Amino acid sequence: MASILRFRKLCYVEPVKFQFFQPQNFDKKEETVATGAKTSLENNEKRNKRQPKERSCVNSCCCVIGYMCTTWWLLLVLYHCLPAAFPGFQVPESPGTRLKREGLTALHPVVLVPGIVTGGLELWEGKPCAEGLFRKRLWGGSFTEVLKRPLCLLEHLALHNETGLDPPGIRLRAVSGLVAADYFAPGYFVWAVLIENLAKIGYEGKNMHMAAYDWRLSFQNTEIRDQTLSRLKSQIELMYVTNGYKKVVVVPHSMGVIYFLHFLKWVETPPPMGGGGGPGWCAKHIKSIMNIGPVFLGVPKAVSNLFSAEAKDMASIRAMDPGVLDSEILRLQALEHVMRVTRTWDSIASLLPKGGETVWGNLDWSPEEGYACDLSKKRYLQASAGDKDTNGSDVKMDFHVKESNKNFWDTRTNRNTNSSCGGEVWTEYDEMCRETIRKIAENKPYTARTALDLLRFVAPKMMQRVDSHLSYGIADNLDDPKYARYKHWSNPLETKLPDAPDIEIYCSYGVGIPTERSYVYKLSPNDRCRSIPFRIDSSVDGDEDSCLSGGVHLTDGDETVPVISAGFMCAKGWRGRTRFNPSGIATFIREYRHKPPASLLEGRGLESGAHVDIMGNFALIEDVLRVAAGATGAEIGGDRVHSDIFRMSDRINLRL
Amino acid sequence: MALIRRRKPNEPSKTSVQREEEEEEEDDSKNKHPKKSYKKSKPKWSCLDNCCWFVGCICVTWWVLLFLYNVMPASFPQYVTEAITGPMPDPPGVKLRKEGLKAKHPVVFVPGIVTGGLELWEGHQCADGLFRKRLWGGAFGEVYRRPLCWVEHMSLDNETGLDPPGIRVRPVCGLVAADYFAPGYFVWAVLIANLARIGYEEKTMYMASYDWRLSFQNTEVRDQTLSRIKSNIELMVATNGGNKAVIIPHSMGALYFLHFMKWVEAPAPMGGGGGPDWCAKHIKAVMNIGGPFLGVPKAVSGLFSAEAKDIAVARAIAPGVLDKDLFGFQTMQHIMRMSRTWDSTMSMIPKGGATIWGDLDWSPEEGYVPSKRKQKNADTQKASQDGLESNISQIKRTNYGRIISFGKDVAEALSSDIERIDFRDAVKGQSVANTSCRDVWTEYHDMGFGGIKAVAEYKVYTAGSILDLLHFVAPKMMERGSAHFSYGIADDLDNPKYQHYKYWSNPLETKLPNAPEMEIFSLYGVGIPTERSYVYKLSPSAECAIPFQIDSSADEQYEDSCLKGGVYTVDGDETVPVLSSGFMCAKGWRGKTRFNPSGSQMFIREYDHSPPTNLLEGRGTQSGAHVDIMGNFALIEDIMRVAAGATGEELGGDQVYSDIFKWSEKIHLQL
Repeated sequence: MASILRFRKLCYVEPVKFQFFQPQNFDKKEETVATGAKTSLENNEKRNKRQPKERSCVNSCCCVIGYMCTTWWLLLVLYHCLPAAFPGFQVPESPGTRLKREGLTALHPVVLVPGIVTGGLELWEGKPCAEGLFRKRLWGGSFTEVLKRPLCLLEHLALHNETGLDPPGIRLRAVSGLVAADYFAPGYFVWAVLIENLAKIGYEGKNMHMAAYDWRLSFQNTEIRDQTLSRLKSQIELMYVTNGYKKVVVVPHSMGVIYFLHFLKWVETPPPMGGGGGPGWCAKHIKSIMNIGPVFLGVPKAVSNLFSAEAKDMASIRAMDPGVLDSEILRLQALEHVMRVTRTWDSIASLLPKGGETVWGNLDWSPEEGYACDLSKKRYLQASAGDKDTNGSDVKMDFHVKESNKNFWDTRTNRNTNSSCGGEVWTEYDEMCRETIRKIAENKPYTARTALDLLRFVAPKMMQRVDSHLSYGIADNLDDPKYARYKHWSNPLETKLPDAPDIEIYCSYGVGIPTERSYVYKLSPNDRCRSIPFRIDSSVDGDEDSCLSGGVHLTDGDETVPVISAGFMCAKGWRGRTRFNPSGIATFIREYRHKPPASLLEGRGLESGAHVDIMGNFALIEDVLRVAAGATGAEIGGDRVHSDIFRMSDRINLRL
Repeated sequence: MALIRRRKPNEPSKTSVQREEEEEEEDDSKNKHPKKSYKKSKPKWSCLDNCCWFVGCICVTWWVLLFLYNVMPASFPQYVTEAITGPMPDPPGVKLRKEGLKAKHPVVFVPGIVTGGLELWEGHQCADGLFRKRLWGGAFGEVYRRPLCWVEHMSLDNETGLDPPGIRVRPVCGLVAADYFAPGYFVWAVLIANLARIGYEEKTMYMASYDWRLSFQNTEVRDQTLSRIKSNIELMVATNGGNKAVIIPHSMGALYFLHFMKWVEAPAPMGGGGGPDWCAKHIKAVMNIGGPFLGVPKAVSGLFSAEAKDIAVARAIAPGVLDKDLFGFQTMQHIMRMSRTWDSTMSMIPKGGATIWGDLDWSPEEGYVPSKRKQKNADTQKASQDGLESNISQIKRTNYGRIISFGKDVAEALSSDIERIDFRDAVKGQSVANTSCRDVWTEYHDMGFGGIKAVAEYKVYTAGSILDLLHFVAPKMMERGSAHFSYGIADDLDNPKYQHYKYWSNPLETKLPNAPEMEIFSLYGVGIPTERSYVYKLSPSAECAIPFQIDSSADEQYEDSCLKGGVYTVDGDETVPVLSSGFMCAKGWRGKTRFNPSGSQMFIREYDHSPPTNLLEGRGTQSGAHVDIMGNFALIEDIMRVAAGATGEELGGDQVYSDIFKWSEKIHLQL
């Protein structure tokens, strides 16, 4: 035993001795230091006693981390070993598999047109701060760069304030191909489920095309800068030819709907302004257009977004935690930055409500009145138009300052009051003095028509840019030559559908979710410069049954688009042979009642009706697949309505 | 601190009490093993604890390093490189932008074989969850996880050369298809990045990705890829103000585009119906990078025995590994079975037969000495050098014409000394070892021992008889292949039979389109030994294995010999010999010939290979290797100048380092 001990002693001591051979000699020579060495030795002994404790701390830290890592890995391994179908949770068979068994196969080529925000954008040329991001996604994907360098990212996302095109030295372009919008962020599908189901019945890259475009630009500018419309035209023609002269089925989503409306007009217009496809182009190439969550008549959300860069969700965050968004901690000024950037995007303005008071209602009247919110399943029997509920869902903006109306747009903006605030975060509010801001507030309610004037007043540069690209009115006479201009093409109330009686137009959207319809605003309490002077008054709440919660009046819809915007054109504006639809294109309304996912495992739900989640709705997917495989609207069941859309439409007095 | 204490026993204080020392040393050893001492004290350090502690340490270090790496400024590696090697040259994009070059002509990339990504659209049960994931290209994670499933999905149908039932694997589209082959291994990415600097973007660049496993005409039949390319070129020309497109094919893409040019002008049922002047109207220049116009010898060995130089070397180093049936892998056989279903590999079998590639006694490259070109740079020694050169060629003549020879002696012998027994009539016996090898089916099992022996007894195969050999050993594959490709030389190009699509990718059997203003460039690297012909032997283990393999023991004793590891090498870019990439531009198409009736202009641009000077440079900015040349700054600059509007003359015309003109002279081809 002892020998073993000694041997071990040797083992440990010997090499060290060898290593420090020279200092040893040195010590030997200077024996006088020996005593000093002894004292230091004692010190060392003390330290040695302390050492185990230190080590124990580090050791136990390492140990804990080690445990964590190991458990993590173990879980990861287990997760990977997990069978794909979790026992006890039966995934319902996907429509693709079922329809394949029914014998459906790919017939018509499919074009997918993504909406706003969902398409990815990648960097092709940037400022030095974006070094190393060449051809990386700035928008979409994992958004890691937002966290790493937020200001740099905002600078690159913004467009030029005057032209609405690229700022000098920056080129941000739409990602192309199916990857552009299959997933918005990892795990958050947009088109992926639909693509997968289409693939099951035989679709692939050659008969499925994602018409990705830069969703920040106004529609005509996508053609001017990127020739996106030309590309789309050429792709459709190519797919038409290579798939045995089968017409295409177009599936636009959200803003893609009005983008494609713009395309329909553009493609038949002669070359300098249009695509020169000739008057029969649409009839020849398009079988049907299956609009998902269409925003034909705009969304009220766009107004609040442009006006104060907020929406319902933002307002409720503010209500819960007042200081966070407004505080200048870290000088982030998140909202102001967001506002500045979004105001350079022309496309948001394309979502402003169209049709003015005729469609969206005036001070005393609105098509949806009588709609009860939390009981959206129960139908109220409407007494009369005069029997108005107190919710005032007809009013677009409602300021709680009760004074007489004044015409605020006579007052000129005063530039000197806030000149000190023209800092790095430039919003057009800085150019307005407090006086004008107050006057805006005094002019209490704004309807769909006056809201536009309001925006023209608070954001003159943006609206000036936008007015040359977009229009929000209703045409009196569609044959007026002024309607040949491209600014009218994306407004369904100012254009005729193409002369193509065989096309079918579907309006597929979710219903059953409270959707923003009008807002109650207040002046922002702090007079600090560089902040947005207006905000949604989230303290305003209605009684139990009311549609007013958190300063927002709600109505039926898919959480983003109210039913009236999504369904009106199909329900009335285009139904039969009207002046907007001279050739009598058939229209179908397909509504999908929202059902929240039953369990967490279901993810975002197979029967969801929410604006984006509806892309995973099995009923909707089945409809799309059937149409793509050759079915007509009548064959998939014609109209399918859950909401009051027809009654609401009847109440809108639009000359047809 | 322990060491200071340890000194004490060695100090003259040996006189101190033994016991004391003992105590101290015990103390000492305790300090040396803090863990051991812990064991005795409160917390028990079990094995598990130690493991976790260890794991924790590693994790923490890893995280710290990761953190440091992320904190490191992006320009740091570049800074280090510059500190070591001196300032880097500006990338061509930056340089030419300063010169004022702007995007002018739209650019089309045509990737080569293997480099394009393939993704799954429909698969069998075993490939669940891989929908729209890359099976080929990218991280190749699935190859390791489920290799057999992967092989099954990558294979095509053995009879039709199209999808097997229930499987759809499709090319990735867009620039992502071939910008990086695997993470960090660029193919087109450097070129794209440089083009972007002078203003190119997605609307002016198009990656003509296609399924590189299919034969060229089948890409149109199955995916309508050719129609797509046509429509995209038309679109880009129209949206870019009528500026014609610059096409940049790489490797097999050069043949693919040759096929396209014929296809697009051919009338509709078989072709694209673009009319006789489509190319003249839409194409400014075709800049072939490393184009194997006349095929590559590598393709032969690949089809014959699923191996190439690198694999032969691997076999020489560790003989048992690849042949072992260990784990039931049979790697080579699986690879062979898979790659024999790919028609595209057959497009690269040497074309032109003995006229181009040489016969038993003659080859255009004969007399080539690998180290010669380097020495030639020293002009002063030229005279003596020439003498030496002729000496060497007299001593030893390499018979490159014998693409496959069985045994080194046969490869060197005079042709009159070789006894050859014709294999074509040999009876294919039923193989004895057939039944046990069912799962890995290669056509060799149908041959039997008799057939294998007959093949070996024919001894020497030239470019002409190679085809017969392949027909013999892989009849099904070649039957499929001969419907899509042809390897001969046309006597009369106006013969109506040459309107068939199988001739379109063979430059010796087609005319170039009638486009006198179109320029054709051959850009390729030189200065790397490239496989040219092989010495084979019968594989020792006859059972189940591939019966032939490269004889990697065949080496030459001379320092500068061309024979290494059973492979004769010649000048080239490591994959394509100079002869194949340069001959058409140097002679076949130069001036007005029968292959080039409209007299399109030809330019040869060679890039001398110089390996990267240090590791930090990655794959080098002056490389001449087949794929790495895509990062060669000189090549990128040439391409960008042409894309910005320059003509071949403005680039400086031909730029030649190799003997390509001399060799071309030696080839007697009726022009």
